Amino acid sequence: MRPLLSVENLSIGFGKGDSVVKDVSFAVQPGETLALVGESGSGKTISCRAVLRILPKVAQLRSGRIILETRGKKLDLATLDERLMRDVRGNTVSMIFQEPMRSLSPLHRIGNQVSEVLWLHGRKSEREARNVVLECFERVGFPDPERTYRSYPFELSGGMRQRAMIAMAMVAKPDLLIADEPTTALDVTTQAQVLGLMKDLQRETGMAMILVTHDLGVVANMAEQVVVMHKGRVMEAGPAEPMLRSPAHPYTKALFDAAPEIPDAEVVAIPPLRDDLILEMKNVSKTYTLRAGKGWKAPTLIHACREIDLRVTRGETLAIVGESGSGKTTAARIALGAEPPDPGGEVLFRPDPSRPPVAVHDMDRETRTAFQKQAQMVFQDPYSSLSPRMRIQDTLMEPLDIHRIGTRSERRDKAAEMLRLVGLSPDMLKRYPHAFSGGQRQRLSIARALMLDPALIVCDEPTSALDVSVQEQILRLLEEIRDQHKLSYLFISHDLAVVARIADEVAVMRRGLIVEQAPPETLFYNPQHPYTKALIAAQPEPDIDRPIDLKLVAQGAGAPEHWPEEFRFNGAEAPPLVGKKHLEPGHKVRCHA
Amino acid sequence: MEILRYAIYRFGTMLMTLLVVSVLIFVIINLPPGDYLSNQIAELQATGQSAGVAKAEFLRKEYALDKPLWQQYMIWMGFMPGPHGFSGMIQGNFGWSFEFDSPVADIVGDSLWLTVLVNLAAVIFVYAVALPLGVLAAARARSWVDYTTAFVGYLGLATPNFLLALILFYYGHRWFDLPIGGLMAPEFEGVPMNWEKVKSILVHLIVPTFVIGTAGASAMMQRLRANMLDELGKPYVETAIAKGMAPSRMLAKYPLRVAFNPFVADIGNLLPSMISGSVLVSVVLGLQTIGPTLLTALKTQDMFLSGFVLMFVALLTLIGTMISDVLLVLLDPRIRYEGRDA
Repeated sequence: MRPLLSVENLSIGFGKGDSVVKDVSFAVQPGETLALVGESGSGKTISCRAVLRILPKVAQLRSGRIILETRGKKLDLATLDERLMRDVRGNTVSMIFQEPMRSLSPLHRIGNQVSEVLWLHGRKSEREARNVVLECFERVGFPDPERTYRSYPFELSGGMRQRAMIAMAMVAKPDLLIADEPTTALDVTTQAQVLGLMKDLQRETGMAMILVTHDLGVVANMAEQVVVMHKGRVMEAGPAEPMLRSPAHPYTKALFDAAPEIPDAEVVAIPPLRDDLILEMKNVSKTYTLRAGKGWKAPTLIHACREIDLRVTRGETLAIVGESGSGKTTAARIALGAEPPDPGGEVLFRPDPSRPPVAVHDMDRETRTAFQKQAQMVFQDPYSSLSPRMRIQDTLMEPLDIHRIGTRSERRDKAAEMLRLVGLSPDMLKRYPHAFSGGQRQRLSIARALMLDPALIVCDEPTSALDVSVQEQILRLLEEIRDQHKLSYLFISHDLAVVARIADEVAVMRRGLIVEQAPPETLFYNPQHPYTKALIAAQPEPDIDRPIDLKLVAQGAGAPEHWPEEFRFNGAEAPPLVGKKHLEPGHKVRCHA
Repeated sequence: MEILRYAIYRFGTMLMTLLVVSVLIFVIINLPPGDYLSNQIAELQATGQSAGVAKAEFLRKEYALDKPLWQQYMIWMGFMPGPHGFSGMIQGNFGWSFEFDSPVADIVGDSLWLTVLVNLAAVIFVYAVALPLGVLAAARARSWVDYTTAFVGYLGLATPNFLLALILFYYGHRWFDLPIGGLMAPEFEGVPMNWEKVKSILVHLIVPTFVIGTAGASAMMQRLRANMLDELGKPYVETAIAKGMAPSRMLAKYPLRVAFNPFVADIGNLLPSMISGSVLVSVVLGLQTIGPTLLTALKTQDMFLSGFVLMFVALLTLIGTMISDVLLVLLDPRIRYEGRDA
């Protein structure tokens, strides 16, 4: 069979610099999925965008051919006239982008933006297009297509927006769909559903797909062919199955090793000792009031956290896992005293095991200053959490300046020591953040958190903005530091696999409630709650024999009414979080006993 | 329907704001010690002209200037009966100009509408120039088109208006036979509107519009260009290109729509800055707008006249902001749906 698209010896560069894509070749057969895999900066996105020639202005196609052979025509997209190129875009080849939040115009209705594809290419009048689009909306899983047609993007959630993007890409029935990290910005359960949808649609229409991703789990679930890229070159290419079973190239192997996995071996975990608690959250709830809509209507209440009881044992890691909107970040903010809980809740912090604990939300000035020294935070986005206008030295020394600790030279020595501790060199002190990579920046924010010798560190998704191989390094660093310095972590994440490796205990949160809590080995081996099961099932694994079980995902991530009887809500009231009879000690689940 | 309710609500708040503004204006006018009449009385007494003093005393009573300040305000606004019953701003009596010795309405009369006309023409000029040039400069960023428009724009910003006025005057008259000074040929003054008069006014408007509008136009052009450049980097622009849209159509439909908001929001600010900015130009060009009148009135503490002119400018500003607010709500669904449950 002749390939639908074949990219031959493609090289792309910026300005006068070296090529960022070097001599790349791959081919896509009709109806087949090709995965372009690589870390950020590997050139995978540039290569796939070159197919539609949606490149930054300064980028040049230096050499190579991009042959598209379809509908009895053979076109070289690398040299095709811009006017003819427009006919290819959206019509024969369409594209889905990474950020559903920003890839739709905020000021135009979804229906208008989607149906535009049809009337742009003169395929349908606006009236006819409407019906086709409504059908397509129904197909991609919008419960009320008419309503969606009239909606604006900001009225939809991230997953729904990505569905709208998929509808936009599919509505003209293209021969090839290019998806650039289509699910990276989505929660795991949403990701699983969107991947499932793309697969179904592909089966129905017989279109081919280029899937750009850094996630080997996604590859295992979706692709027939894989191309692994690194620094602009193809490292390994071939059919997915043999490659996933036994990668040949060392780089591919390294990628596999770095991919975190959820363990499934039966390990009898010893429940952590509960005598020396550094942080204790008792009955913490947080309710936000939305501005009342119309005059006399009661204001809407948002329960960000409900009756949270959590304990962090000294020297251990407690992880809170949940999707966006589950309240995990709110819980962390309350733990740090950044926000007060609703009345009735209490947070106790005991930096010194021999002294009585202090209440985080009821402190005088002095204890508050001491508390701020002992509890620090590492943020999610290393690109925006370091001031671009401050030298590393100043960023690191600032906490000491604020708390007036040591002389200037002592402060500098401490900064140098911390840099060494996180695996950077002290002669980087004079640099500015832009001179560092994402992983190095996250090391810097860890160093900053360590400057005050804290006892507790709250890590808010510290690795979710990083590549897998870098994520692995950061996790290892966090573990080492914890064990060396007897630190305790409150670790916030949406990624079960990350949590599996670092946590001593895991609390799964959904819509403000902790639904299940256990040591990770127990939780992953014997999950009880349907939502936990859905989270585990939705995690794409780089194992071709374990595809995502969409049914499990849909049930657990759906409304509580569809859960098995014992987990359902009593009206608005959730069942209690209890240990059950046949469960391991330390394993609690929210169900009717 | 929603929009109508919002417009009515917005109109209500505008009236409230106007009320507050009127208090502020009245207080500010009365801040300097004395008023026009007491100054005059002092002057007359110093020169020993007692007949004038009697007249001035009579005028003080007539316009309630002997009453406490808050009563003066109430009478001025027409909330309280004065010596002649209810007769204030809201009844349409704008007061008496002591400096010109005639009713404010008569003095201001025509120049009010000419002011509106000149400034409206300038606003339209600003938008008509800034919109295409700004979009063009953004679409062809960092090319000769961009640099040329930026250069001309900065030239427009940097040249003092009155200088530009004089230059244009001279060359406009010499090369294009444009009329010098005034807003109409002298023979039409005081004549009821007719076609010839309209034509005369239009020809006279060319130079003032250009002079008053250039600075605003170049500033707005640069703002629009910056906004457009921001928007052009957004992912939804890529989405539109990936759909196969032609560049010009894509520009107009997506980034321009978003970049347009600040453009609309500026309507409110444009009017007052132009009115105050055009005072000097009006003096130089001899335009019968309200600017020079305001200047005289403020200098001589002619309180009713200056009060009325300031109120008028405030009203124009508020109407401008109201229009831009209502337009924004029409243009941007995100504003329209704010406060509603998502």
